[in-house]
Amino acid sequence: MNQDTNQTPTGIFVDKDKCTGCGNCADACPFGVILVEETAGIGEGCNLCGACVDACDFDAIYILGKKEATLTGPDDSRGVWVYAEQRERVLAPVSMELLGEGRRLADILGCPLSAVLLGHQVAGLADTLFAFGADVVYLADHPDLAGFTDERYSAVVTELITEHQPNIVLAGATPVGRSFIPHVAAKLGTGLTADCTGLDIDAQHLLLQTRPAFGGNIMATIVCPERRPQMATVRPRVMKRPTPQPGRKGQLVQVALNRSGFKTNLMEVVQELSDQVNLAEAEIIVTGGRGLQSAKNFQLIYELAGLLGAAVGASRGAVDAEWLSYAHQIGQTGKTVNPKLYIAVGVSGAVQHLVGMQSSDVIVAINNDPHAPIFNVATYGLVGDLFEIVPALIEGIKARMGI
Amino acid sequence: MRIVVCIKQVPDAKNVKLDEKTYTLKREGVESIINPFDMYALEEGLRIKEKMGGAMSVISMGPPQTDSSHREAVSYGVDDGGLLSHRAFAGADTLATSKTLAHGIKKIGFDLIICGKQAIDGDTAQVGPELAAHLGLPHVSFVRKVLEITEQSLTVERLMDDGYDVVRMLFPALMTVVKEINLPRMPSLKGKMRAKKIEISAWGPAEIGLDDTQAGLAGSPTKVVKVFAPQPRSKRELVVGDPAVQAASLLDRLTDDGILKISR
Repeated sequence: MNQDTNQTPTGIFVDKDKCTGCGNCADACPFGVILVEETAGIGEGCNLCGACVDACDFDAIYILGKKEATLTGPDDSRGVWVYAEQRERVLAPVSMELLGEGRRLADILGCPLSAVLLGHQVAGLADTLFAFGADVVYLADHPDLAGFTDERYSAVVTELITEHQPNIVLAGATPVGRSFIPHVAAKLGTGLTADCTGLDIDAQHLLLQTRPAFGGNIMATIVCPERRPQMATVRPRVMKRPTPQPGRKGQLVQVALNRSGFKTNLMEVVQELSDQVNLAEAEIIVTGGRGLQSAKNFQLIYELAGLLGAAVGASRGAVDAEWLSYAHQIGQTGKTVNPKLYIAVGVSGAVQHLVGMQSSDVIVAINNDPHAPIFNVATYGLVGDLFEIVPALIEGIKARMGI
Repeated sequence: MRIVVCIKQVPDAKNVKLDEKTYTLKREGVESIINPFDMYALEEGLRIKEKMGGAMSVISMGPPQTDSSHREAVSYGVDDGGLLSHRAFAGADTLATSKTLAHGIKKIGFDLIICGKQAIDGDTAQVGPELAAHLGLPHVSFVRKVLEITEQSLTVERLMDDGYDVVRMLFPALMTVVKEINLPRMPSLKGKMRAKKIEISAWGPAEIGLDDTQAGLAGSPTKVVKVFAPQPRSKRELVVGDPAVQAASLLDRLTDDGILKISR
């Protein structure tokens, strides 16, 4: 980096006089960027998380420019908002999960919970949002909002937030939420935390946003102390879906679409029915890897998945061999999933695969190599020939189901 | 057509091993690579440039050694690159990063900006859409196919959880791409020669007209307050026996766990 001595330094520094070279900081660093020779040196890749500052017994490490949280009392009354995602007039399951979590946060803060619903002829969904806990539903119902485009949805939601100034805005970490919510956050100049798996409110009434980092190998808790709203996208299937209260009422607020002259148009929506269940929402996933040996052998995977009502996943190896399409790929360059049950068949478990599935509740691994890394994350490991075990599983399930 | 592709230098996950005690990544001596998703962005940019004519640049924010990624990009056929490197940029979250990139890209000029869908170290997928917001551009994320490109517009397939959408947007515009979109090329000999000689411009806040308070840590609304290891998987068990016994034992366990709702 350029040497520029004319400005107040920001960043992390080591006081060489105080540092004893004990190495506690290096052990504490989750990113492994601290090297201790005579004294500690902090390398590239530091994100100023402060773990080393806490670990240092000699006050030798300090961070400059990190602002302290300010108390934000009036925030509490401004409410929690949830973006209620719908596609083709069907609410995404994550919308209900977020209403449950949003309700919990709103109750802690003592403020109302609102849902934001965009689409065309979707007014009928408002009752569902009330039943799942919304006090207010902001409804933008317009032919121009029939299909999702980032530009239109971002324009409407940005305007609504600017007008009503909510304290917290949550959306699903879906292809829709992860695409247009960042656009909204940047327009508002506020912070956004991606793909959260935990939310809470701290003593200062700040939203604590916890997300996996480095492919789920570490967890980071993030706050947005000064700017509002505090925004997060939340991973589907992590928050509990609440029990609806049919007949629960709320306030419906109609929102006009004040914009036209859009530069983006949705031409077509293609919902492929080939796999019955989509991976993001599946409770059970059966994944095949290179151990399947051929596209034809994926029939076994499909048969097992069919019996379990599961979605079918594939390792990168299986997709690269063109046995299955990319839409099935799980792992670093594919999808991240967290079903209740993940069955990995003939998957060795390279780190790139593990980061995409290791947060599943229960993991079953079937592989003939007892040293395959997949067994390190498996709740239940079955070492053996998948071509014998999987048919035995299929027979076993059929027998128990009485088929 | 003026194309700018955003790239990020990341640790190569292929060689990263997990520390089984602390569940952190062992990063010592790990090589740096161009973020894999950015490779697809580069390839798509090159294909569009070959079809439409024009020029293509890469831009990145990072420490000075990031210029090796720029050279690699040039070896594939990229014309030039800008590197946003200054200590004022350090500690940036996605808002400050996208703001900094936006200023750098404005300096270069653009009709089309392409990003990988996300970087494999941060996994946020936010910088592309935030960049579009700063520059006032329409954008489409998770593009898996370019169907049609004209001087005025771009028509693409956007990957969704249940299928795909066809979206058309007018230039100038931004898209982020997924792996499915193409198979990146190998570097050419001519490209490698050029990469050795080319000067990569390095820019700080002054060169791109960005106020220090909008960059790096100072310009980042989000702060990391805690980092910790995820809870390790509590239960691990090998299910043994011949295949029929293994299968039956597994089904018993999954039923007992309440995961499978089939009778015994």
